[in-house]
Amino acid sequence: MAYLTDRKRAMGLGSAKSGTAHHWSMTISSVALLILLPLFVFTFGAALGGTYEEIVAYYARPFPAIVAALTILVSFKHFNDGVQTLLEDYVHGLAQKVSIVVMTCVSYGAAAVGIFAIARLAL
Amino acid sequence: MADVNRGNRPLSPHISIYRPQLTSMTSILTRITGNAMLITALLVVWWFLAASSGQGYFDVVNGILTSWFGDLVMCFSVLGLWYHTLAGVRHLIWDNAVMMDVPTAEKLGWACIGGSVVLTLITVIVV
Repeated sequence: MAYLTDRKRAMGLGSAKSGTAHHWSMTISSVALLILLPLFVFTFGAALGGTYEEIVAYYARPFPAIVAALTILVSFKHFNDGVQTLLEDYVHGLAQKVSIVVMTCVSYGAAAVGIFAIARLAL
Repeated sequence: MADVNRGNRPLSPHISIYRPQLTSMTSILTRITGNAMLITALLVVWWFLAASSGQGYFDVVNGILTSWFGDLVMCFSVLGLWYHTLAGVRHLIWDNAVMMDVPTAEKLGWACIGGSVVLTLITVIVV
């Protein structure tokens, strides 16, 4: 028993079979971000540095507001999927479970705050 | 770690003898930039929250983001963002099982590094 490797112990147990869905989810969000991020960088970049009145007027327009809301939503979903893989690689045991739960809460929490703020700004 | 016997059986050295290569360095940099951008994303969300809350709060957060330190953070964020974006495109290419030989992979690695610097300069000039 002392000389059994990780692989030998795991063989025959099968996988959780959720890896494909996770990878596909990251593929979809990455392609979406490929379109959204350039739009966001150049709309947000144009707005940043303006006065309060300019910002309020700018984000009352539908295009910058929708781009910003979508970018925040998809980014945090993509981040949550990515950070889960990071934590699964480097953190183990109870700390792994706790950190994944915490980062999932942070991701969805921040996305909700961002979308709420943009909705209030835009409407 | 699931392996309760780690340390009880002989293992080959790994990280201690590992020679850094362009492919491995560009790979780990993708992970570092992707996860570090949480800070940027939270700053951006904070800025939107402040803007939606009124002039007073906006002036405080906007002052932080547009200070010299805020500019520095944003410049590095843009560099990290473009790098992560190009490295992500590299992964989308690799997902089709093409361009995976070492010389081509290294060329793509240099393209990610060079391309992110060029895109960052363009962003800084335009914005």
